[in-house]
Parts: sequence; structure tokens; C-alpha cells
Amino acid sequence: MAKQMKPNEIISEIDYKKMPEGSWLDQPAEIKPGMFCWGAKAKSIKAVGFPNARDWNPSEEDWKLPENWQGTVLEAMKDRLGKYRSFKLFMDICVRCGACADKCHFYIGTGDPKNMPVMRAELMRSVYRKYFTTPGKMLGKLAGARELDIKVLKEWWSYFFQCTECRRCSVFCPYGIDQAEITMMGREFLNLLGLNIEWIMGPVANCHMKCNHLGLEPHTIVNNVEFMLDDIETVTGIRINPSFNRKGAEILFVTPSGDLFADPGTYTCMGYLMLFHELGLDYTWSTYASEGGNFGFFSSNEMGKRLNAKIYAEAKRLGVKYIIGGECGHMWRVLSQYMNTWNGPAADFLEVPKSPITGTVFENTRGTRAVHISEFTADLIKHGKLKLDPSRNDHLKVTFHDSCNTARGMGLLEEPRYVLKSVCNNFYEMPEHTIREKTFCCGSGSGLNAGEDIDLRMKGGLPRANAVKHVHDKHGVNLLANVCAIDRATLTTSMDYWVPGVKVAGLSELVANALVMKGEKERTTDLRGEPLPNKAGGDK
Amino acid sequence: MPTFDFQGKAIEVDDDGYLVNLGDWVPDMAPALAAQDGMTLTDAHWEVINFLREYYAKYQIAPMIKILVKEIAKSMGPEKGNTKYLYELYPAGPAKQACRYAGLPKPTGCV
Ligand code: SF4
Ligand code: SF4
Repeated sequence: MAKQMKPNEIISEIDYKKMPEGSWLDQPAEIKPGMFCWGAKAKSIKAVGFPNARDWNPSEEDWKLPENWQGTVLEAMKDRLGKYRSFKLFMDICVRCGACADKCHFYIGTGDPKNMPVMRAELMRSVYRKYFTTPGKMLGKLAGARELDIKVLKEWWSYFFQCTECRRCSVFCPYGIDQAEITMMGREFLNLLGLNIEWIMGPVANCHMKCNHLGLEPHTIVNNVEFMLDDIETVTGIRINPSFNRKGAEILFVTPSGDLFADPGTYTCMGYLMLFHELGLDYTWSTYASEGGNFGFFSSNEMGKRLNAKIYAEAKRLGVKYIIGGECGHMWRVLSQYMNTWNGPAADFLEVPKSPITGTVFENTRGTRAVHISEFTADLIKHGKLKLDPSRNDHLKVTFHDSCNTARGMGLLEEPRYVLKSVCNNFYEMPEHTIREKTFCCGSGSGLNAGEDIDLRMKGGLPRANAVKHVHDKHGVNLLANVCAIDRATLTTSMDYWVPGVKVAGLSELVANALVMKGEKERTTDLRGEPLPNKAGGDK
Repeated sequence: MPTFDFQGKAIEVDDDGYLVNLGDWVPDMAPALAAQDGMTLTDAHWEVINFLREYYAKYQIAPMIKILVKEIAKSMGPEKGNTKYLYELYPAGPAKQACRYAGLPKPTGCV
């Protein structure tokens, strides 16, 4: 494997003034080590019945494409242009004002003009013009049109997997053109040729067969949770006994499987367990609906729909009233923006979520019947239902990373901040143009959080890291809080790389640190076993 | 498909060097895989590899790092029950590197 680039190498490589020689239409994409993910394996593609299952290597010349691949793509393009008005509109209306050009973290981190959102869209628009518009058909290149040949296909693959579908560009576009939607279409077409990446298709295959991305078996999930319960007991002296797959529970709780397996998500998971125990909530975990996330969404609409259906099938089977969802990013984008037309509305067998503690009815979740843990927690705090000691988080200086999907995909901006300020005394915002709707992506979303594309990830992670560095230098921020499992995994890597000394945590971990539980022993450590400030042996 | 030469046989591995067929693994393979990285396996390394394999047989996935840490503390003493020690043994990361020598696949998803 290629050697990972050093931070200074990444920085010195960026040159915003460098322009390609000759027409961009003729520049082939470079498939460069460190910048791409491995191709999807035959067994993963086969597992879900996608076409052209075979092992292939993107860095090799021959991609083992099916015959008439060009016809397949154009046929699909025609179909989607008819089916999705957004796609048709985005192919037609860009005025090339350039407002989006420097808003993409991949452009900022690479300086590659094709990573400008407008250019990324042009990669597809040029083909659209050639086959679906009169000027393009007649004038060809003069009208910015070009044929779909193998060079173009490889360019699509390269750049649609250098976009994290974060939608930051759309916030700045006067027309609201959403490059994420174009990338999604691009990936959907590539998918028809078996040109997916293994880091997406592996989890998709796992989720299809074992109901979660990691492929955790039911007994593994239970074992992992038990292990966390031991740790909770060590910290609080309280033994918790959650239930699994329990029919008749009022609430089904669903979270990304990363929380059930990988640090620091496991601490977030301990946070959920502690909060629900303290409330005496009538809820159950499920080893079947054991994935909140949806990597299917990163491959095609159809696959996203298939995986999303599992959560609702399980809710129905268990007979719960509604769903609480954990700290996940794209889970909420799917629920808020896609689920209703895919598998919804869920109204026939679920109730509108109503907090059993405060009586609040979450009207905003009428379509999905799933309430976000931060909304649920914020409501509890607002009603004074939680006893909190924020000084237990005094060793932390915290900033908040809005995950792209919860911020731009569902508008969850205030609730996590309200919770955070209630459980931490030291909270500092990053600069205004890097948070809330304008938040910078972690740099590895939409299934690009593999190992082999680490240079791409660190380049794309630079703008977010740079904003963290700003508050780290200015206020001594040492913790980056978030509400997304991909964030917890990827920002940890990115912080170690760009801003060493800043740790990453899910919001619910900080809530549980501050939560004063009935019958708990005096706490001397936080959930990670680090000594608490002002306690014996603490305040280091 | 890339391969790894072992005792005159070409063993299938994935793009990152992990075995494709778990059944291909035999104990002698671990030192050979480690040698590719210029590493020599000691008893301490084997302690990790053996536990990973045992755990995998039961749970079909590598253990959470917490579980590995606790297990090593149990078998090798509490002063070794920490991630720092595991990274000293396996500089490229206990999950990634040790799994590869143990013939296990690497976990994928939000990790
Ligand atoms: S959606 Fe995000 S990653 Fe994709 S082009 Fe827009 S800003 Fe860049
Ligand atoms: S901001 Fe919108 S209209 Fe302007 S170039 Fe970008 S995509 Fe086109």
C-alpha cells in the first residue's frame, strides 16, 4: 500500500491557481493510490443481487465491464430523468455563477478543479447534453457535450466517490442545486455496472444478511452490550438490565452498529443505556433492527429502501408504539427526506411519538414516527426531568460538529446545542461559516471512510479540522462533540492527524457523564475511566 | 485477486492483504505474514492472535478493543491491559494488524 501523505505534504500540494492544460473535457481522471477505495467484491455484490458481480481493481486498466455498458447507463439516465424531477432540473438550470465553486471540502483540501461542485455536476451534465438535449446532439463539444466513453466513465467513478454527498454546496447555490443528488444518481448508474466500492458494498451485504453494517450476530450484540454494562457498573455502581427483541415494549431503540462495536461510539452507547435506565423507559433493543445507518443509500435508491424497510418491519413485529433513534447522520437524512416515499408513511401501525416522561408529542415526526435522541433529551432537560452535574465535564472544553445529515438533512441545530450547554460548562462554537447549515463535512462521509483512501479523507477533512484548530488554539478546546457514528470514527482519525490533543465524543456520552443517577455511588471517573476533575486523584 | 506465497502455495488475499478464505489459515502462516512487515512474533503477539481467533470462532467478528484489552489484562497482567501496550505490540493497530496475521477479516462500516 502507498505511504500515507504527511500533513505538510497535503498543504503544500494545494494550488488553487493551477488550471488544467487544454480542455477539461479531455483530461482523464487519475486513479491515484491513497485517493480511491477498493472496488466492490464479487461476493458482496452477489449477496444483494446487484449486476456484474466480479472482483476488480480500480487501478487496473480493465474494469471488467458488462457488454453494452454504455447503453445500460444511458437507458437508466433516461429513466431517472423521467422519474426524478430534481435530477432533470439540476441537469438543466445551473448558470455557472461559481458561488458553489470553493464551498466543497474536497476542493478546498485538494485544489483539484473537478472537485468544485459545479464541475462535478458538469461531468454528468456534459453527457446529459450529448444524448438528451438538441444543442448537445447537434453541436457536441461546442455546446459542452461529450460522449460517454470509458474515459468519462472512469472520471465519473473517481469524482462521484470524491463527494461525500454532504450538500454544503447546495446551501450557497442561488438555485439550490444539490450536488449530492447528482452524485447519488451517478453512483446509482455506476452501480448498474458493478462499479461500487467494497467499503459500501461490504456493509450493505452484511446489513442485508445480518441486519447491521458490521455483521454483528445477535449473540455478539448482546455480549458487547453486557460488556458495556460491566463498565457502567464500575463507574456508577449501578447494574442495568436492558431487554432485547422484547415484544410489547413501548419504544424500539435503533442506533448505528458502530456504537455497538467501536470506540468512541461505545461510550455514546453507554450513555443511551444509562439515560434510558434512569428514566425507567419501557423500551427494547433489537438484534434485527440493529442498524440505524443505511449504506444502501450510498449505492442506490432501491437498496436504501430495502435496508430502511427492516427497521419498520421490526417495529411492526414487536408491536412497539414508536421508535427512538440514536446518534447517526444519514439515518436521519433517510428518515426525514426519503423514508416517507420509500416505505412510509408509518402511520398505520405506529403512534406519533409522545414522551412518557414529559408528555410532549413530537409532531414533527408524524411521517416517520421516529424521534431523535437529542430531541428527546432536550425535551427532558427543558422540563427539568434530569438531574445534571455539568461540573463532571469540567475537564473538557467542548465544541460541536454539526453532522451534514442532521444539520442540512433534517434541520437539527438547536437541540444538540441546548443539551450540550446543559451538560458542559465550557462550550465554544467554531466560526459561523463552518457550523449549522454551513457545517463542513468530516471528510469521510457517504461510505468513504475506508483505509485505502486515507489521503483523500485527510484532504477532505482539512476544512473541518482547521475550524477545530481555531478554537483549540483560541480557547483550548480538547473535545469535539457530535451526533453521528461516522463522525465518531472519522473525526477521531482526522483530529489525530490535523489537531492532535482533541478527542471526539458523542453527545450522549457527555449527558451520561453529567447525569446524576438514583442510587449511584460517588463517581470518580468519567465513562472512559479518566479521573474526574476535583475528585480524589483527579484534576490532572 | 492478489495472492500471498506460503510454502509454495498461492494463498488468496484481498487488496489489503487479509485472507479471503479463513480456512486457509494455519499457525505457521502468522509469522510468515508478519515477516512481510519485517516483524517477528513473540509470545506476547501470539497471546493476542490466539485470543482473536478464539473470539472470532464464537462471535464471527473481531472483539471490541475494550474486550481485547480486558482479556490481555487477565492473561498478561493488569499493567499490560491498555491500548498503549497493544499498539506497542502492533504499531499499525491491534485490530488491523493482528487480525491480518490471525487470518481474520477486518471490520467495515462506521468504524
Ligand atoms: S455535496 Fe459536499 S462533497 Fe459533494 S460536491 Fe457538494 S460540497 Fe462537495
Ligand atoms: S452555485 Fe448553483 S448555479 Fe452557481 S455554479 Fe454552482 S451549481 Fe451552478
